[in-house]
Amino acid sequence: MSIWEYANPKKFIATTTPLVPWVMGLAIACLVVGLVWGFFFTPDDFRQGSTVKIIYLHVPSALMAINAWFMMLLASLIWLVRRHHVSALAARAAAPIGIVMTLIALITGAIWGQPMWGTWWAWDPRLTSFLILFLFYLGYIALWEAIEDPDTAADLTSVLCIVGSVFAVLSRYAVNFWNQGLHQGTSVPVATGERSVSDVFFVPLLICMVGFGILFLGLVLIRTRTEIRARRMKALEARMRS
Amino acid sequence: MIALLRRDLALAVRAGGGFGLGLAFFLIVVVLVPFGVGPEAEVLTRIAPGILWVAALLAALLSLDRIFALDFEDGSLPLLATSPLPLEGVALVKGIAHWITTGLPLTLAAPALGFLLNLAPTAYLWLLLSLALGTPALSMIGTFGAALTVGLRRGGLLMSLLVLPLYVPTLIFGAEAVRRGADGLDPSTSLLMLAGITLGSFALLPFAASLALRVNLR
Repeated sequence: MSIWEYANPKKFIATTTPLVPWVMGLAIACLVVGLVWGFFFTPDDFRQGSTVKIIYLHVPSALMAINAWFMMLLASLIWLVRRHHVSALAARAAAPIGIVMTLIALITGAIWGQPMWGTWWAWDPRLTSFLILFLFYLGYIALWEAIEDPDTAADLTSVLCIVGSVFAVLSRYAVNFWNQGLHQGTSVPVATGERSVSDVFFVPLLICMVGFGILFLGLVLIRTRTEIRARRMKALEARMRS
Repeated sequence: MIALLRRDLALAVRAGGGFGLGLAFFLIVVVLVPFGVGPEAEVLTRIAPGILWVAALLAALLSLDRIFALDFEDGSLPLLATSPLPLEGVALVKGIAHWITTGLPLTLAAPALGFLLNLAPTAYLWLLLSLALGTPALSMIGTFGAALTVGLRRGGLLMSLLVLPLYVPTLIFGAEAVRRGADGLDPSTSLLMLAGITLGSFALLPFAASLALRVNLR
């Protein structure tokens, strides 16, 4: 019994079938609690007023946008080393979720930035690196869509994901060089443990972050199952034609 | 490896277009800019470093799909893959050949075009240096992109989408070096980063490119 058993698509489907409703239910519960608490039961910030409440969408989606790419990187490495199809399909399934998270972060950031900074968009390091991350997602998804043979596509996108990760990190630090921007530093630094967000906002924010994480997990599971089934359909169709 | 390099260079020269086309494109983009933003000298001086770098990058991008596509079409790519030279070496040579046919002429032509854009006199040396350090990275990253899309019909547009995000750090540091040079500041940090990106891509990307080629030739 090892974790690699779940690389068998059949076993994967059988195991996740009872799991998905629970995961999605937990995600929705977390999000409802976190968002309702955040939107209606926290005081307005003394300087930012009620606009501060968009933080409950902005920060978790930005967090998941980066972590989705990280998960794709891990899945790609597993595919290249151990050639488990579920892993490749999970990476494929995660990409559209990641790009949507990036979009949510960019759009909520623009909506938040307009009243706060007086501009929808600024070429500042954090915003720019997110835009570049968005472009990386675009290229990755486009490559998946462009190649017919699934194994070839999985191999090539895995290589692209790994190379892309290196360059994404490089861009992240490169953009720091060329403009100091408006965006504040990180609100929830893990390393130091000091927070610039007071507890009143932090607890619902934490619940939202956990909620987004579980939501991402659930969506990846559902989309991976869809990918597996789509591939089975294709195999069946090919067999029927021959 | 030397023989392959000679062959690629000879092909690029005799086939025509390879050498001159990128250069002509570079010239056209730079000439178009004053029409777009207006001919005021101060404005041009300010945007010249960035424009020159973006134009050089686009010119390099233009010729990328020639790297493997021609060899793939006439069937010499599988031969190269089965030759005693490892495929990593082939990818490396292809990247170097692409740099000699596009990056090097671009670097040498850039000061003349900087003159057209009214570049600050202090920046010419740094423009040359940053392009000399940065364009090899563009060629090697492009070789990787070309290897990814070699088997695809109409892979050119897709390749631009894949390669351009990878070009971002090189562009940022390259333009930053020229801009700092134009302002009379010390551009050595950006130049060192450029050199680092180039060395890193030449050390690692041949492996990624040859892996992609192997998958595409499978």
